[in-house]
Amino acid sequence: MTSQAMTLPRVYQVDAGPTSESTPFRRLLIAVALTFLAAFLWLPLAAVFVGALREGLGVYWEALTDPDALSAIKLTVIAALISVPVNMVFGIAAAWAIAKFEFRGKSLLITLIDLPFSVSPVIAGLLFVLLFGSHGWFGEFLAEHNIRIVFAVPAIVLATLFVTFPFVARELIPLMQEQGTEEEEAAIVLGASGWQTFWHITLPNIRWGLLYGVILCNARAMGEFGAVSVVSGHIRGLTNTIPLHVEILYNEYNATAAFAVATLLAFLALGTLAAKTLVARHLRGHH
Amino acid sequence: MSIHVKKIVKRFGAFNALREIDLEVGEGELIALLGPSGCGKTTLLRIIAGLETPDSGEIWFHGNEEGEVWFHGDDSKCQHVRERQVGFVFQHYALFRHMTVFDNVAFGLRVRPKSERPTEATIKEKVMELLRLVQLDWLAERYPAQLSGGQRQRIALARALAVEPKVLLLDEPFGALDAQVRKELRRWLRRLHDELHVTSVFVTHDQDEALEVADRVVVMNEGRIEQIGTPDEIYDHPATPFVYQFLGDVNLFHGRVSDGHAHIGAAAIQLAGHEPADTAVAAMFYTRPHDIELSHDGGGLEARIQGARRAGGVVKVRLERIDGHGAVEAEVPRESWEAEAFCEDQVVRVYPKRLKVFTAPETALAT
Amino acid sequence: MFRQSNVLPGFNISLGFTIFYLSLVVLIPLSAVFLKSFTLTWDEFWAAVTAPRVLASYRLTFGASLAAASINAVFGLLVAWVLVRYEFPAKKLVDALVDLPFALPTAVAGITLATIYAKNGWVGQFLAPLGIKVAFTPLGVVVALTFIGLPFVVRTIQPILEDFPKEMEEAAASLGATRVQTFVMVILPSIGPAVLTGFALAFARAIGEYGSVIFIAGNIPMVSEITPLMIVTKLEQYDEAGATSIAAAMLVASFLLLLGINLLQAWSSRVLPPAAPDQLEEPA
Repeated sequence: MTSQAMTLPRVYQVDAGPTSESTPFRRLLIAVALTFLAAFLWLPLAAVFVGALREGLGVYWEALTDPDALSAIKLTVIAALISVPVNMVFGIAAAWAIAKFEFRGKSLLITLIDLPFSVSPVIAGLLFVLLFGSHGWFGEFLAEHNIRIVFAVPAIVLATLFVTFPFVARELIPLMQEQGTEEEEAAIVLGASGWQTFWHITLPNIRWGLLYGVILCNARAMGEFGAVSVVSGHIRGLTNTIPLHVEILYNEYNATAAFAVATLLAFLALGTLAAKTLVARHLRGHH
Repeated sequence: MSIHVKKIVKRFGAFNALREIDLEVGEGELIALLGPSGCGKTTLLRIIAGLETPDSGEIWFHGNEEGEVWFHGDDSKCQHVRERQVGFVFQHYALFRHMTVFDNVAFGLRVRPKSERPTEATIKEKVMELLRLVQLDWLAERYPAQLSGGQRQRIALARALAVEPKVLLLDEPFGALDAQVRKELRRWLRRLHDELHVTSVFVTHDQDEALEVADRVVVMNEGRIEQIGTPDEIYDHPATPFVYQFLGDVNLFHGRVSDGHAHIGAAAIQLAGHEPADTAVAAMFYTRPHDIELSHDGGGLEARIQGARRAGGVVKVRLERIDGHGAVEAEVPRESWEAEAFCEDQVVRVYPKRLKVFTAPETALAT
Repeated sequence: MFRQSNVLPGFNISLGFTIFYLSLVVLIPLSAVFLKSFTLTWDEFWAAVTAPRVLASYRLTFGASLAAASINAVFGLLVAWVLVRYEFPAKKLVDALVDLPFALPTAVAGITLATIYAKNGWVGQFLAPLGIKVAFTPLGVVVALTFIGLPFVVRTIQPILEDFPKEMEEAAASLGATRVQTFVMVILPSIGPAVLTGFALAFARAIGEYGSVIFIAGNIPMVSEITPLMIVTKLEQYDEAGATSIAAAMLVASFLLLLGINLLQAWSSRVLPPAAPDQLEEPA
């Protein structure tokens, strides 16, 4: 037993740290994770673009400039232009009340604000059919006054409002709670009015969080399918949004055109992810 | 059971954390690694534990038989922390927060391979014995979050001792505790060590802690060992200006040494036991505030009292040298302060009773 | 005390507007479902929600949601682990793309999943020879729900894993634990509540999912019809009462699930208190 090697019970390679996995095992885990992500996320994303360009750029462009596609784009933009600002104003008001003041029933209020996230989009659409449809609560009144809500633009906007309701508020509430009330109180003590305090103190502090919420809200507003599908009536050129137009084209076995229009939404998604990543960096840097 | 560290080098990128460290920790010793933050003391401890891998050098462990290689840079051999059987105590305890105190201490026994694992009854007996040792057996069913900092650290120590470690390594074990608990716990650690005699190394940046607890102190700076010695050796015979400064408040004077005298400004002070040299040599003189004597007309430098503050039995005095070469701090017993009737703005004599002389930056000549 | 003494203005108007708008857009419409279903007799209601085709849809919706959430609990944990612990090329891009299911409209997800998992599709062609049919089967529903639920699990686990103190693993290793023991006995119990919460969130989302499923499911009655589709089908047949009954049943299930998730989070923060502040600090 004179050899030194005999006294080495078990010997490990230097490169594997004591609290890390061995290099081969690490590589295996990375490979499995990336394969999973490829099968479920990346391939579907790539397939949208490949499917859209299968018959060339000409066909792609034709599908995008089809009058029905253009009117779907228009309606989608209108729905987003209404629902995003309205929910933004609501989000700011709700966050102001919840984060800056103490009152009874606050946690119930927060739960209620999050409620639309746990309602199936199909049910969200159904709600407005029940209220404004021909057999709905206000059905007779609306029919008498010749106002159309369901199977028309107003219901699409309402359904979009419902499904995007919590986005801005749930970003702002924790952010404003964390920031507390000291800065605003200082401004008030220095003689600023309520609006001045909000514009010059609160808004600059929450701008990245607000932007983050607006980005997410907009993505959902433009991409919502289930809720809008129930209330729209699928009237071509009138009550179709981009996602509904994609569905119609796909069900008509016009897959290339469906994917062509879907690329618009895929670009929206990629733009959303990029913007979200950038804004998140600012949000983290801000603290 | 001793540890032998040979020429250990560790770099983090361009930063030299350890430059050729040599250190021997003897059987049953309690050693303190002392130094400012960033000096490499924690890195050295983690390397001994096997939590960090050095770039080169060797670490040997000598048990009862012949040596066991823990790390050998030339052969790229590194024994895993799991196999080294060291007890490691972390600054922030690192207790498993989802386990009770009992389960935390039992962890090291329960993870043993089936063939070596004790029965649950043996584990229970052993854990309770350790909890009694750290005087916390009444907390066995609590969770770490329900304990105070000092209690958590004692549990962490019991957990480390449960595996019957060959060496006990403690990384700033009292660093996260408040001053009072710190003092109690370090005395308690010393008593525990006297009882168990397990070879131990602990890291600290607190010189009082190192001097009070350790058998030997290793002072480190910028990845090098400045001095190794008993607390008395380190305090009374610091090898380098760094060690002198690090061990407490200090006054620094620049001057010359000749004819067995220190020449500082206009004053000449007799150096005890100093070989008379023919030629004058530029030197740095260090003295601690409590080694300075103030008088109205004795020897020494002239200085003006800037301010004084009472602290217990002494008075801490701030002075400004009349020749404009900086400030001096002194600590005077309260009785003599009152007896001599010193007061602010007075010009008095400052006489260093003890001077430590360094003629070249790294070499000590005499005291 | 209804509100704290506070110098800040705008409490009444902001809270008033919040409650008004919440009632208008969310609460009143939601109450419509329940009021409408109360106009039915109990027998009518029961017949609507327990029709064989509807029961089959519950089985599919809950079964597929459970399967998808389980797949996500395993692979979501793996993805979170790999993203937090390891370095590899384009990691930031991979990380950002995890949120794709949040951002990609469900209709697009639906048609593209249906295409690549069809028997001649990119992925389907490799599964077909193995006898695995995905598109137009319940398996297709699982695939779509897995897509939808993944970010919930990854994004719930990721921050917990990032905050997990490395010292705990070092302590386990120094006490002689193997990597597997450390993972099972130390890491998993700490991140377990996050995995469970992510699972529940993914499950809750999957129950109500519509857009991404209907294209790949094939919607064969009794085989691959999900419950939300049943609501749509009833509506298209002008059976508002039937649609409302099923919707009411689903809402109750969703709210119970929401309650469960809230209780789960409250429980995990009680059983597993966040690390004591001084355990989170970096050593100086």
